[in-house]
Amino acid sequence: MASIGKVKKERINWKEIKKQKVLLLLSAGYVIYGFIFCYLPLAGWLMAFENYKPKAGFFHSEFIGLGKFRQLFLDDGFIHVIRNTLAMGVINLVTTMVAAIVFAILLNEVKSQGGKKVVQTISYLPHFLSWIIVTGILHDALSGTGIVNDLLVRFQLLKEPLNFFAYPKYFWWIVAFANVWKETGWNAIIYLASITAIDTSLYEAAAIDGAGRWARIKYITLPGIKPTIIILLLMNSGNVLNAGFEVQYLLGNGLVQSVSQTIDIYVLKWGISQGDYSLGTAAGIFKSVVSISIILIANEMAKRAGEERLF
Amino acid sequence: MTNHRMLHKRKSSLGNKIFVFLNTIFMVLFVIITLYPVWNTLVLAFNDGTDALRGGLYLWPRKWTFQNYITVLHKKNLLVGAYISVARTVIGTLTALAANALLAYIVSRKRFIFKRQLSLFWVITMYVNGGMIPVFLLYKGLGLTNSFLVYIIPGMVGAFNMMVIRTYMVGLPDSLEESAQLDGAGDLVIFTKIISPLCKPVYATIALFCAVGHWNSWFDAMLYNRMNANLTTLQYELMKLLSSVSNQSNSVESMKNAVAAVTPTSVRSAATILTMLPIVCLYPFLQRYFVTGLTIGGVKG
Repeated sequence: MASIGKVKKERINWKEIKKQKVLLLLSAGYVIYGFIFCYLPLAGWLMAFENYKPKAGFFHSEFIGLGKFRQLFLDDGFIHVIRNTLAMGVINLVTTMVAAIVFAILLNEVKSQGGKKVVQTISYLPHFLSWIIVTGILHDALSGTGIVNDLLVRFQLLKEPLNFFAYPKYFWWIVAFANVWKETGWNAIIYLASITAIDTSLYEAAAIDGAGRWARIKYITLPGIKPTIIILLLMNSGNVLNAGFEVQYLLGNGLVQSVSQTIDIYVLKWGISQGDYSLGTAAGIFKSVVSISIILIANEMAKRAGEERLF
Repeated sequence: MTNHRMLHKRKSSLGNKIFVFLNTIFMVLFVIITLYPVWNTLVLAFNDGTDALRGGLYLWPRKWTFQNYITVLHKKNLLVGAYISVARTVIGTLTALAANALLAYIVSRKRFIFKRQLSLFWVITMYVNGGMIPVFLLYKGLGLTNSFLVYIIPGMVGAFNMMVIRTYMVGLPDSLEESAQLDGAGDLVIFTKIISPLCKPVYATIALFCAVGHWNSWFDAMLYNRMNANLTTLQYELMKLLSSVSNQSNSVESMKNAVAAVTPTSVRSAATILTMLPIVCLYPFLQRYFVTGLTIGGVKG
């Protein structure tokens, strides 16, 4: 009986394959495309273990093991670059998430539906402007003759205009502000959606019990969106090292180089501009491995704490 | 007892009023901080460049002029950039939408035997990638550098966008497909005639994501096509304009411009306005699609 069943199943499979030949052919196309553009570059990681010379090529360059990684970690510049990338990644992650959650909760408390819609629509406009435009505007606003200096001097908080881009101590916070300005409204969309999904009878019951606004936010809204917060925290934690290119590249200058350079900028500088492909690849591998480790560790921690998780 | 209750009610309604008041102020400030920088750029773009150097321009242009825009529209590199940006946005969006939608269709077929493996194959690409240098060398090897195709082909399939469409397609009733199959329709017919017309909202969302991404990208132009001035994009030209402004102030060009009552800053403001114009104009009509798309992909997926 069982064996007959098996044979029958196999026959159906062959029939199925024939029936699905269009899907299979198309899939094959996608696999080839994906293999070339997404998986083949991984083979390039070999370069990090070689002294890659374009002339000698991939297979005939001298194999040097971990030499490039040693060079990387003996370079004080790279240690600074790691620090900058991590610091800005964490600052941005925390500030943008907190800003979005606070904004979503406060916007949800606005009773006028029309007003809510107008504010929300305006709030995610900056998300669609390019970083080129945003950093250009920021440059204008913070320049010596810009509005920020003008206001600070007018209200006598500063004696004379200050060039904010000339001091390393401001740079990380300028980057964080730029991210908050650009992404708060956009990131809030998802929190607003999950606030809307909270059972309204909870609020009604709480109101009857005399819970004030803060109590309702603290005991109903925040616990209600906690799963969303955790999932987004997990997803974003893997991107902590990725969030360090455009803004820093566009806002950085010689005076703040020591705090503005990130891993991606380092790769661009050494790998592309200086042509040391092996060193650039090694730095890139370091970034990928750390990113994946962070996301796995964060996921494991969430699992242990009995919270939502990605995998 | 009743007294106490009334007192409590009055107190909470006072607290409530204060909260509503403060919250309204917060929202107004939020809107101002969001919109004002854009408005200020607009003011600078319509103001005489040399006059703007005096400072104090906040809410309204002091000395109106169109000269900044005229200067921008006479810059050949910006025009070439605009042409390439429009071309890549249109072609890139259409090809990416078609490619993602078809892949989403394949992996959302419940009967398809490799649906799980094919999904996984693409989801992995969201987390693992080769990095800048190997990708650069690959494109170079494939002859994609110094070519328009580098804007179109490599980014065509994106796992995130594909998964958003897939989530939407999974939500459609199976009976549609089954009855079409009984009528003898093949997969391509089901995809184009049955499923796609129902997916218009999610297609709109993904098309908009892709279009904004294409319109705003500059790094690929810099990395792969820097050597070819005919393949530059608008954002990359704008970026060069920005960095030249922050680095030079007394070059020959700026002296030449100063005579013509435009300054690098005023020209840059005009270029910035023209670059964001398509997005700002289309934004009010299209913004609802952004939100639906994000909530489909985020909450359900």
